[in-house]
Amino acid sequence: MLRLAPLIAIAVLILPILSGLLATLLPAFGWFPALGGNTVSAEPLRELFREPGIWQSVWLSLKTGLLTTMISLGLVVGLFAAWSGTRLFERVRHLVSPLLAIPHAAAAFGLAFMIAPSGFLMRLVSPELTGFVTPPDWQILMDPGGLSMSAGLIVKEVPFLFLVTLAAMPQARAGDFHRVASGLGYGRMAGFVLTVWPQLYPQIRLAVFAVIAYATSVVDVALILGPTSPAPLAVRLVGWMGDPDLAMRFKASAGAILQLGLTVSALLIWIVLEKAGSALLQVCSLSGIRYLRDGALRWFSGGAMALAAVLVLAGLAVLAIWSFAGYWAWPDAVPRSFTLKTWMRSLDAVSGTLWTTLLLGLAAMVIAIVIVIASLENEARTGRTGGSRSLWLLYLPLIMPQPAFLFGLKMFFLAFGVGTGFAALVSVHLVFVLPYVFLSLADSWRAWDSRYAQVSATLGGTRNDTFWKIRLPMLAGPVLVAAAIGFAVSVGQYLPTVLIGAGRWPTLTTEAVALASGGDRRVIGVYAFLQMFLPFAGFAIAALVPAAMFANRRAMRA
Amino acid sequence: MFRRTVIKTLAALLPAAIATSAHAVDVSDWKSVEEAARGQTVYFNAWGGAQNINDYIRWAGDEVEKRYGVKVNHVKLDDTANAVSAVVAAKAAGKDEGGEIDLIWINGENFVNMKKQGLLLSPGWAESLPNWKYVDWKNKPTITVDFTEPVEGLESPWGMAKFVFFQDTARGIEMPDSFLQLVDWTQKHPGRFTYPAPPDFIGSSFLKQALTEVVADKSVLQKPVVEGEFETVTAPLFAALDRMHPNLWRGGRTFPKNKEALRQLLADNEVDIAFAFSPAEASNAIANNELPDTVRSFVFSGGTLGNSHFVAIPYNAAAKEGALVFANFLISPEAQLKKQDPEVWGDPTVLNMDALPQDDRKAFDDLDLGVATLPPSRLGPTYNEPHASWMERLEVEWTRRYGVAN
Repeated sequence: MLRLAPLIAIAVLILPILSGLLATLLPAFGWFPALGGNTVSAEPLRELFREPGIWQSVWLSLKTGLLTTMISLGLVVGLFAAWSGTRLFERVRHLVSPLLAIPHAAAAFGLAFMIAPSGFLMRLVSPELTGFVTPPDWQILMDPGGLSMSAGLIVKEVPFLFLVTLAAMPQARAGDFHRVASGLGYGRMAGFVLTVWPQLYPQIRLAVFAVIAYATSVVDVALILGPTSPAPLAVRLVGWMGDPDLAMRFKASAGAILQLGLTVSALLIWIVLEKAGSALLQVCSLSGIRYLRDGALRWFSGGAMALAAVLVLAGLAVLAIWSFAGYWAWPDAVPRSFTLKTWMRSLDAVSGTLWTTLLLGLAAMVIAIVIVIASLENEARTGRTGGSRSLWLLYLPLIMPQPAFLFGLKMFFLAFGVGTGFAALVSVHLVFVLPYVFLSLADSWRAWDSRYAQVSATLGGTRNDTFWKIRLPMLAGPVLVAAAIGFAVSVGQYLPTVLIGAGRWPTLTTEAVALASGGDRRVIGVYAFLQMFLPFAGFAIAALVPAAMFANRRAMRA
Repeated sequence: MFRRTVIKTLAALLPAAIATSAHAVDVSDWKSVEEAARGQTVYFNAWGGAQNINDYIRWAGDEVEKRYGVKVNHVKLDDTANAVSAVVAAKAAGKDEGGEIDLIWINGENFVNMKKQGLLLSPGWAESLPNWKYVDWKNKPTITVDFTEPVEGLESPWGMAKFVFFQDTARGIEMPDSFLQLVDWTQKHPGRFTYPAPPDFIGSSFLKQALTEVVADKSVLQKPVVEGEFETVTAPLFAALDRMHPNLWRGGRTFPKNKEALRQLLADNEVDIAFAFSPAEASNAIANNELPDTVRSFVFSGGTLGNSHFVAIPYNAAAKEGALVFANFLISPEAQLKKQDPEVWGDPTVLNMDALPQDDRKAFDDLDLGVATLPPSRLGPTYNEPHASWMERLEVEWTRRYGVAN
C-alpha cells in the first residue's frame, strides 16, 4: 500500500492536467462538435493573430512577468544579503509571513486605493498641499506599461519568495560562509551574493519559475491594476472564453495555447538570464573586488522591502475602514459617517458558504497530507527519492497557466460523467493543494534525525511503531504547518472552484469575486477580511497545538 | 452539508428521480407541473454582483419553497456567459439530461446565442405561465422581441431596463442632452467623461445609444448588418468618437472595466457623468452610501435605449418544473411589486397596471421610487435595441480603432 503512494501522488497531479490540456488543444484547432466544429483547421489560430494588438498583449504579459520576477527576486536577495542574521531581519520575518495569507485581489484593491489619483495618499495632502480640487487626471493605475500591475504582483510575490528562501537557508550554512567571506575582507552583501546565494538559488529555482508562470498568466490582479488597451493576454483570453458569441470559444482555446507558449518562452528567457547572471557572478568573484562600501545599498534593500510591506498593510487597513464607511467622498481623508450595514448584510449572506469552504479545504488538505506523508515515509523506508524529475511534477500545476487546462478539464469531467459533485471539486483542489503540502513538509521530514529510528529498532519497535510513536509526533509541528498551508491554498482557489463546481459549491472566494465584480470597496473590505480569517485560523492552530503538545518537553520547544 | 451530499447521491440512484427529468413538460397542465416541482431544487444562475439583488432572489426563493416546496439555489455568477459556457460544455459532452443549470437570468446577445444553438427549453413556455395574463407585452415591445430576436416564449420576462445617466448636482455642471452635445461637452470639460471599454455590456450599450442617435435611418439597425454598409452607416459615429476620445478621462488611453468602476469614478470625483441600464441604479447607490445624496438621474430628451431582461430554462435542465414554478412566481404581482420597491431593488415591473387587481394596482401607485429615480413618465422616449449583429460588428471595429491605444 505504502509503495503505491508516490504513484497516487503522480496520478492526482498529472491526470487532470494532461486530460485538461488535451481537451483545450482540440478546439484550438477547430474541433468542437457541440459548436459545429467538426474539421481540424488552423482557422482559430489565424483568427487569433488577426486580433488587434495581440502581439502587444503578448509583449505586455511577457514583460510584466519577467519584470515582476526580477524585481521580486532582487528585493529578496537584497534583503537576505543585507540583513540575514541580524535582529532587524528576525523582525521583518514576522511581518512578512502574514502577507502570504492575503488574497491577491484584496492586496491589489488595497494598493489601488492607496496610489490612485483620487486615492488615500492623495486625499491626505489634497487640496491643502497640492491645490487639487478635483483629482488630477494622471495615469497611475492601469498604466499602459503595466507598471502598477507589476507593483501589485511584486508586493505579493516578495513574501512568497522570501519564505521559500528562508526555508532553504538552513542547508546553506550562511553563518560560516559569512565569517569566511568577511575574514577575506568582503563586504556583507558581496560575501552573501558570491558564496551563499549560488547554493540557495538552485533550491528556490522552481519557486521562481512558479512566480514567472503566475505573473505571465494572472487574471484577477490584471483586471484591477492592469492596462486595458490592450489588456494582458490572459485577461483577453478569459474575456473570449466568456463572450456570449459562442464561436469565440475557438479563439479562446487558441489563445490558451498561445498563453502556454508565452509562459514557456518567459521561462526560457529566464533560463538565459540565469546563465548571464551566473557568468556575471563569476566575473565579479574573479575580479577580486571586495565591494566593501555597501551601506547605502543595505539601507535601500531594507527600505524597499519595508515600503512593499507597508503599502500592502496600509492598503488593507484602509480597506478595513471602507468596510465600516458610509459615504466617503474625495478629498476627505476619513469617511463622513460609519455604519455596520455592510458587515451585517455580508455576514448574513456568507454564513452558508463558510461551511463549504471549510469542508472543501479540510477534505483536500487531509487527503493531501495522507498522500504526502505516505510518499515521504515510503521514500524513507526504501531510500529511493524521486529526484529532480519528481520535483518538476510537483511544480507542474503551479507552472501551468490555469486557463490553459481548466476549461478542458471541465469538458473532460462532463464527458466521463464525473460531473460537478463535491468529490470532483476536492480532486481538482488537490491538484493545487498537494504540491504546496509536499514542498512545505518534505524538507523537515527528510531532515529528521534517523538515529531515532535506529534507537527505536534496537528497543524492538517495528517500523510502524517508529512511525506512529516517534516520527509523526516529533514532526507534528511541520505536519500541522503543511496542513495549514494546504488548507489556505484550497480556500484561495477561484477558477477551479467556479468551473468544476459549476457554482454549486460557493466558497468564500467565489462569493468574494462575484461581489467584487460589483466594485463596492466596502464589500471588498469585508470579504478580504473573511478570506484571510480562515487561513489565519489554520496557521494559529498549527502554531498553538504543538506548543500545547510539547509544553512539558523542553527540547521540543521551538 | 454531508447530509445534503448523501441525499443527492441517493436521489441520483433512484430511477424515479431520473425519469421525472427526462419526460417532456406540458406547461398547459399547470397542476401537474406544480406537483412535479414539489421537492425539486432549482439552480438559478444569475449575476451575483449586487447584494440587494442577491437578497431579493433569496426572498423569492424562500417564498416558493414555503408555498410550492421548490428550493431555489442562487448560483452567483460574475458573468452570465459562464452559465452559457456550462450549457455549451454539457452539450459538447452529450449530457442532454439532468443538467447542472435550471434557470438563467439572461437577455440580448446571450439569449440570441443560446436560441440559435438550440440550448433552450422548447417549445416556448413563457406565454403559457398562469401569471402571463398580467404581463404587459402589448405596450412593452421589448418583452416579445429581445434585441430584435423574437422571444417566442423561450424566456420569461423579469424586469425592464432603460438607459439613464446620472450626475452629482452638487457640482453644478450643466449636462448635455444628446450624444453630439456630449461630444462638445467633453471639449469644455476635458478628462471628465469616459465609458466602460466594449465588449463590456454597458460600454457596448453606450456605443449603440450613440449610433442610434447619429444614424440617419434608424430602421437599418433593426435588420442584420448588410455586408459593405457597415462603414457608411457607422461613419458619423466614429467621426464623433474620434473627436471625443482625446478629451476623455486619461486621454482615452485607459477605460474603466464596467459600470461599477465608472460609478466609483463618479463617487471619487474623477468624472462627472455615469450611466447604467437601470433607472433605480442611482437611488440604490445612494442608499448603499456609494454615491452622495445629491446625485440625480437624467435622460436625453430625444430618447435612450430600452430593453427587458428575462429568465430562461436550458434544454437539459434537471428541475424544469421547479424552474417553471419559480419563473411564474417572479411575474406574480406580489414578486414584481417587491422588486420595484427601491428599498429592495427598484427594478421596473414588466406587468400591465390595467390588468392587475385593484389592490395590486394601488400598491404599485403608492411606491416611492427613491430620490434619484425618474418616474416612468419622465424616462423619455425609448429607442429599440439594434440587431445583435450591429453590436458584434461595433465591438470588433471599436477594438480595432481604440482597443490598442498605446
